[in-house]
Amino acid sequence: MDTSIWRPILYLIGIMAFAGINAAYLGWCERKGAGHIQRRIGPKEVGPFGLLQPLADGLKLMSKQLIVPQGVDDIIFRVAPILAMIPAITSMVAIPFSANIQARPIELSVLLIFALASIAMIAILLGGWASGNKYAIISAARSVSQNVAYEIPMLITVITIVMLTGSMNLEEIAMKQQGGFWNWNIFPIVGHSIAQAIIMPVSFIIFFICSVAETNRAPFDMAEAESELVAGFMTEYGSMGFGLFMMGEYLNIVVGACLTTVLFLGGWHGPFGLTSGVLWFIIKIYILIFLFILIRWTYPRTQIYKLLNLSWKVLIPISLANLLLTAFFIKVF
Amino acid sequence: MTVPIQCGPDETFVLNLGPQHPATHGVLRVKLTMDGEYVVKAEPVLGYIHRMHEKMAEAGTFAQFMPNTGRMDYLSALSYNQGYVMAVERAAGIEVPERAEYIRTITVELNRISSHLLWFGAFVLDLGGFTPLLYAFDDREKILDLLEHVTGSRLTYCYYRFGGVYNDIDDEFITGTSDFIKRLRSRLPSLYHDLVTGNIILIKRLKDIGFITQEVCRKYGATGPVARGSGINYDIRKNEPYSVYPEFNFDIPVYSECDSMARYMVRMDEIEQSMRIIEQALDKLPDGPVMAKVPKALKPAAGDCYAAVEAARGSFGCRLVCDGGKGPYRLKLRSPTYSNLSLFGEVAEGMLLADALALMGSLDLVIPEIDR
Repeated sequence: MDTSIWRPILYLIGIMAFAGINAAYLGWCERKGAGHIQRRIGPKEVGPFGLLQPLADGLKLMSKQLIVPQGVDDIIFRVAPILAMIPAITSMVAIPFSANIQARPIELSVLLIFALASIAMIAILLGGWASGNKYAIISAARSVSQNVAYEIPMLITVITIVMLTGSMNLEEIAMKQQGGFWNWNIFPIVGHSIAQAIIMPVSFIIFFICSVAETNRAPFDMAEAESELVAGFMTEYGSMGFGLFMMGEYLNIVVGACLTTVLFLGGWHGPFGLTSGVLWFIIKIYILIFLFILIRWTYPRTQIYKLLNLSWKVLIPISLANLLLTAFFIKVF
Repeated sequence: MTVPIQCGPDETFVLNLGPQHPATHGVLRVKLTMDGEYVVKAEPVLGYIHRMHEKMAEAGTFAQFMPNTGRMDYLSALSYNQGYVMAVERAAGIEVPERAEYIRTITVELNRISSHLLWFGAFVLDLGGFTPLLYAFDDREKILDLLEHVTGSRLTYCYYRFGGVYNDIDDEFITGTSDFIKRLRSRLPSLYHDLVTGNIILIKRLKDIGFITQEVCRKYGATGPVARGSGINYDIRKNEPYSVYPEFNFDIPVYSECDSMARYMVRMDEIEQSMRIIEQALDKLPDGPVMAKVPKALKPAAGDCYAAVEAARGSFGCRLVCDGGKGPYRLKLRSPTYSNLSLFGEVAEGMLLADALALMGSLDLVIPEIDR
């Protein structure tokens, strides 16, 4: 009985710490990464290697006044940043970091995370709408059409995984990928047909593109295209309102990376089947996050209509074909 | 009796782009009437940094106006120096020594490269790519160092004098320049063309978007890379040769696609052509004085003369009217981006906001030069 009380508290603290540290330090990683990509040093003044920079930034943001401009929808304007942050933290509840490290084993955890990801989109919509700023409204409209477009191929791709593993429980999906990388869903050579092994990398690429688009990251950062829309939905936000949106964005990246790791990269299992554990999970998500950063600082931004065309005309047909082929191979072999 | 169909509310809205906006690169304001994300009408509004340069010219002596020329187009200040100096030299009948003309050519072409490099970075930044800007600035920094070495300033140069240049170039500058050209030659294919020009996202954003037809160019008097991207082979360096340009072997890049990509390619090719000119000029550099004998106080006879140079953004013209006094009676400046911007309203109609801003970036606007 004892454990039933301590478990939630422990996990609550653990997840909050994990989320908080990630939200703060991914900003540092991003700036440091961008710096080195651009032949600069990046933050270096505050603390060793600029490690205290996020702290200084946080202090600065918190000490600033939250300006609520005239003519905005006051309540929604204040709620939106919080709404951007909460779903991202909440979805960490369902993520299995290792065999027994999961805040709450949920049977339909895949579904839960996608439901929560959609709420984050509503936060952007509300924030943009409540600001009463034309740039913000354009940005909100863009972000909704973008999210609707990219959730479809993402979900279809997830269905192939669910069909392959026969479960919607993230822990079970990860357990099924036990062993070396040849057992992971990205290259399912063992236990599946060769055709499957060809299809799954395609699924992975679709899923990864979609998760970049879902998290509003460059080159798909239509919602905050700063050369077009100033700061998009965040234009009117200052102080911690802006800070929460930023943290929410980074947490969404973490959740996206965690999900990709569990669905495709074998969760906490080591690549050669020898060791497994939470360390492998962390390594994998940070490799993915680094990929996010690398992409952002390399490519220019696409255009909203090209972005939607990519989803509706390329990704959705491919992912549907993928789904059908997967179903076919599962039935036949 | 049929009831006339009620029109819905006006579905367009006005978006004030600027005067403070990341894409306008200065205090340009564009009043956009938007239908969703489509631009229905675009109306550039000028006047936020008007400084009465032409009136200032009338108030002072010829030499006193010299520093002003570098403060109009601060990115290719030396072309503006040269345009004004040439007009005054024509009025006063001053012969410039050959070495001075060579030095002018070398420095002005270096300045053109630095201007195009900055445009390249800012343009890709407009399209959302941040990193190429810093690579371009890395190279531009080298040019600024070189020019600082001879001119004494880094941005708003005031280097040329009536009858020559202020300072002779030394070996350090010559070796530095040839080293820089070697360095840029090796960096252009990889850091610029592989990373940016060949990027599929960039090509999709620029190809077949932002058509500026030859008619539009002629209608608004567009010059420079904007006109050359529309297939108009017009470059003052070739069409009305001045200085020592006829002695060099170089091409004028012309693309006839009329889209944003064509204007991008024109500028990228111009960087290479400028490097060719500088190399030839360094090889042929004659000895001799860098200043002609010029009286302290210039008093050209009453008259009217015009000088035009090819600045980085197009043709810059100076019409100088003298009445025999110590300063200009009237100085009319013809700046290229003023004409290049005026076609924006017509071309941007019906475009998406993001494409219209890419078009604006491809015009390479420098606001202080539009608002003189």
